Amino acid sequence: MPEYPTPATAQDLDQRFAQIKPYMNATMAHYESARCLFCYDAPCVKACPTGIDIPLFIRQIHTHNAEGAARTIYDSNYFGNICGKVCPTEVLCEGACVYNHQHVKPIEIGRLQSYATSQVVNEQKRLFSPAPANGKKVAVIGAGPAGIACACELRLAGCEVEVFEAKEQPSGLVLHGCAPYKIANEDALNEVAWLQSQFGFNIHYNHNIESREQWQALEQQYDAIFLGIGLGATQAAGLRGEDLEHVSGATEYIEQIKLDPMSVRVGRKVVVIGGGNTAMDAASESARLGAEEVTLAYRRPKPEMKAYEFEYELAKSVGVKGLFNVAPVAILGDRQVEGIRLAATRVEAGRLQLVDGSEFDLACDAVILATGQEKRSALVAQIGGIETDRQGRIVVHPETFQSSHPKYFAGGDAVNGGAEVVNAAAHGKAAARGILGRLNG
Amino acid sequence: MPDLSANLAGIKSPNPFWLASAPPTNSGYQIMKAFDAGWGGAVWKTLGVPVVNVSSRYGAINYRSNRMVGFNNIELISDRPLRDNLREIEEVKKYFPHHAVVASLMVGSRAEWHQIVKDAENAGADGLELNFGCPHGMCERGMGSAVGQEPEVLKLITSWVMEVATVPVIVKLTPNISDITEPAQAAAQGGANAISLINTIQSLVGVDIDNFVSYPVVDGKSTNGGYCGPAVKPIALNMVKNCAQHPGVRLPISAIGGIENWRDAVEYLLLGASNVQVCTAVMHYGFGIIREMIPGLENYMRDKGFQRLDDFIGKALPNVLHWEDLNLHYDVKASINPDKCIQCQLCYTACEDGAHQAIRIPEDGSRIPQIIEENCVGCNLCSLVCPVENCITMVRKDDGSRHENWKDFVVAGKAPETFDDERAGGLGHWVPAPTDALKKRG
Ligand SMILES: Cc1cc2nc3c(=O)[nH]c(=O)nc-3n(C[C@H](O)[C@H](O)[C@H](O)COP(=O)(O)OP(=O)(O)OC[C@H]3O[C@@H](n4cnc5c(N)ncnc54)[C@H](O)[C@@H]3O)c2cc1C
Ligand SMILES: Cc1cc2nc3c(=O)[nH]c(=O)nc-3n(C[C@H](O)[C@H](O)[C@H](O)COP(=O)(O)O)c2cc1C
Ligand code: SF4
Ligand code: SF4
Ligand code: SF4
Repeated sequence: MPEYPTPATAQDLDQRFAQIKPYMNATMAHYESARCLFCYDAPCVKACPTGIDIPLFIRQIHTHNAEGAARTIYDSNYFGNICGKVCPTEVLCEGACVYNHQHVKPIEIGRLQSYATSQVVNEQKRLFSPAPANGKKVAVIGAGPAGIACACELRLAGCEVEVFEAKEQPSGLVLHGCAPYKIANEDALNEVAWLQSQFGFNIHYNHNIESREQWQALEQQYDAIFLGIGLGATQAAGLRGEDLEHVSGATEYIEQIKLDPMSVRVGRKVVVIGGGNTAMDAASESARLGAEEVTLAYRRPKPEMKAYEFEYELAKSVGVKGLFNVAPVAILGDRQVEGIRLAATRVEAGRLQLVDGSEFDLACDAVILATGQEKRSALVAQIGGIETDRQGRIVVHPETFQSSHPKYFAGGDAVNGGAEVVNAAAHGKAAARGILGRLNG
Repeated sequence: MPDLSANLAGIKSPNPFWLASAPPTNSGYQIMKAFDAGWGGAVWKTLGVPVVNVSSRYGAINYRSNRMVGFNNIELISDRPLRDNLREIEEVKKYFPHHAVVASLMVGSRAEWHQIVKDAENAGADGLELNFGCPHGMCERGMGSAVGQEPEVLKLITSWVMEVATVPVIVKLTPNISDITEPAQAAAQGGANAISLINTIQSLVGVDIDNFVSYPVVDGKSTNGGYCGPAVKPIALNMVKNCAQHPGVRLPISAIGGIENWRDAVEYLLLGASNVQVCTAVMHYGFGIIREMIPGLENYMRDKGFQRLDDFIGKALPNVLHWEDLNLHYDVKASINPDKCIQCQLCYTACEDGAHQAIRIPEDGSRIPQIIEENCVGCNLCSLVCPVENCITMVRKDDGSRHENWKDFVVAGKAPETFDDERAGGLGHWVPAPTDALKKRG
């Protein structure tokens, strides 16, 4: 029997996806906030992509001023609550905390941040009031972290903001991608609902902007357009057998786990192809949902994995096994997956090569391809006049986030090729400033 | 094995750790339990006249992760019937003949004092402690600190007690007075055999900012109380030292105030106390803390080669002098150990904003601060704020050959008389121009 049998009830599922950074209670927040040294020019602040004044908000928590703490957080980052849960704090703020230098446990900044912000979100406290209407109209495409952060900042200045979102719900990959044991769906939604109540932007759901005509209409109606469109579906790997039943793209597979976990068919023997954080998540989630064997197959040596060390450790902690220097050659099976053919790899003259005669088959009944998400160049090409780089990322000015088309600004995964929620939130806010600069200038 | 036995003016106990007169010594049950746990003596919760206590009696100061760093109460003396207390004293003495049981007393008239002294002695008390300290509730009735604050009254009442007492008498002093040696001398003149100090310090422990009343709250109102616990230790240490050094006092001292572990006790003994009394720490953690105190003291004595408490009682007294006696040529400067530094820059901001602008952040991007020795006055601040053990140390820079203090300066006519005098302290110190402050804006 696997350590985690297939969950049968909602309770099983809750337990399987128990939060790894659950909310602190007041006592925990009191003792943890007491430890912060209130560093001068604190390194944790410098390590935060949104530059939250961490020592200040922790001191505010300690003086029982959670509302003031939340204000400090939201002044820098509109996704303060979500970020506290999903940020890779180990490599950001907490990784920079000075305590690490003496091997003392760093301050749990993420959890303190979620603690403070949850007080205002849960109690529906009003922290922000938009300025009087300034007569400018901006369309925001995508209700993910980049789009929503941009909308908040624009509303704060008095712009009229309409958000267009292809899906039924907001929050982008926070709702549809981030691992369920990092953030519960209600937390992914509550903060955005609270932000909407503070700032009063409209979100038009089920509005996929996908035709030249739609873009032109937007250009006519709005003074500026922000593209917070993230990335696309999982890239095809070009493997024989890729269209067999039970071969899935990691993003799609995870989205189904997030939205309707009970409906997901989890294989008994699962092979995940890839070495990034999404691969780690797909493998971990499969194991937690009852797979008996989960193998991560990565074509390069372990140190070259893009995934953070702690993400790999987390996957290993639920029984996932890593296989390195192996590349998929074909997916085997008749109608459904029955196995995968892998070959050993080595680097020759700087290029990854398959080792002749090293092929071997691994029996499995599910293959998950975590080989990256498609870039949005095709969509962007529709608009016309927006430059993308060789990797399909939208090229923007580093400070204003304006694209080569003066009316279009962009940020988030669509610009950086896929990073973290906190980077998208930072981009969205900065782009809003860029937009305001252009509209007022 | 070092000998921990203590002797305060003839009151003997197996070790110097006593319970102070307070809630932990309310009953025979508690004191028996404490002796069984290892405590050497106990001063019974003050016996005297009938009282009525209020409900909600304590308040506290919490500092960061620590609770009850300071503690405050508005309680009165024992509210249990005198006869019950006396009967229990007798019982405790039966089971623990070698432990010290001291009766704390507080009454009004001469006749009442005579009576209660006899009662306590008949019950078997090894000594008497006169409570002239309680800063609330009893002073309004002419007792407690109302006595302790009037040296003449204190002396008179002490002499009433001495008329009949046959066991050693300790006078417990209130710190709510500007010069503690005055009541201490009065106690000596009244014939007391020992003094104990300090009782609690008059205080308001905090204010309820939602209901506009100080703590502790009694039906929407409050009153000043008595402050004790770790926060008062520095004040008590100084008072104990003052009494121990004063030629007009010369009485054995039982030290009280913020004692929580063996180190605290050793500090008081080094400043001249013969034993110590503990209240708040027991109210916080229970009698079990004695398990840390006794072996800690033994270990210290073994390490230092002390056989008996007398080997080190008062050993620090010759080194605690007046400011004018300190060597003005002694010169220390801060030194940062870069291998230990965790780069919090608390030293930088402390010295920059709170001291002498003698620490810089290097310009090469390193976060490890550097001391600007020319500016460092050797104040210690940075080493006190540094969160890492032994990371900032104060290093001696003078060669130790010169010893001159302020008194010597005056005698030699070297004391600076104008600010332009070369020898004036601040003259050589570099300070930035006021407007440099604005250049540092981020
Ligand atoms: C599996 C997975 C796990 C992750 N885990 C973490 C994590 O633990 N921590 C972390 O910080 N980050 C994580 N990330 C990354 C993070 O989710 C993204 O970096 C972040 O969500 C990017 O925000 P965004 O706003 O740029 O894009 P998205 O979140 O992708 O939002 C884009 C939104 O735009 C909508 N949209 C796109 N095109 C159109 C269109 N043409 N018309 C209308 N709407 C459109 C989309 O439906 C979507 O809602 C994870 C990503 C994945 C895939
Ligand atoms: C609640 C409380 C009641 C006290 N009652 C008495 C008392 O009845 N008689 C007395 O002499 N001192 C009394 N004290 C003072 C203590 O004996 C002691 O002097 C003081 O608390 C300082 O010691 P500490 O810092 O260890 O608490 C009381 C203290 C407290 C906290
Ligand atoms: S580095 Fe750590 S201790 Fe210093 S301010 Fe940041 S969280 Fe606090
Ligand atoms: S000892 Fe005082 S003056 Fe010298 S560096 Fe430290 S804080 Fe500054
Ligand atoms: S206070 Fe101590 S640890 Fe912090 S920067 Fe200064 S020397 Fe380093």
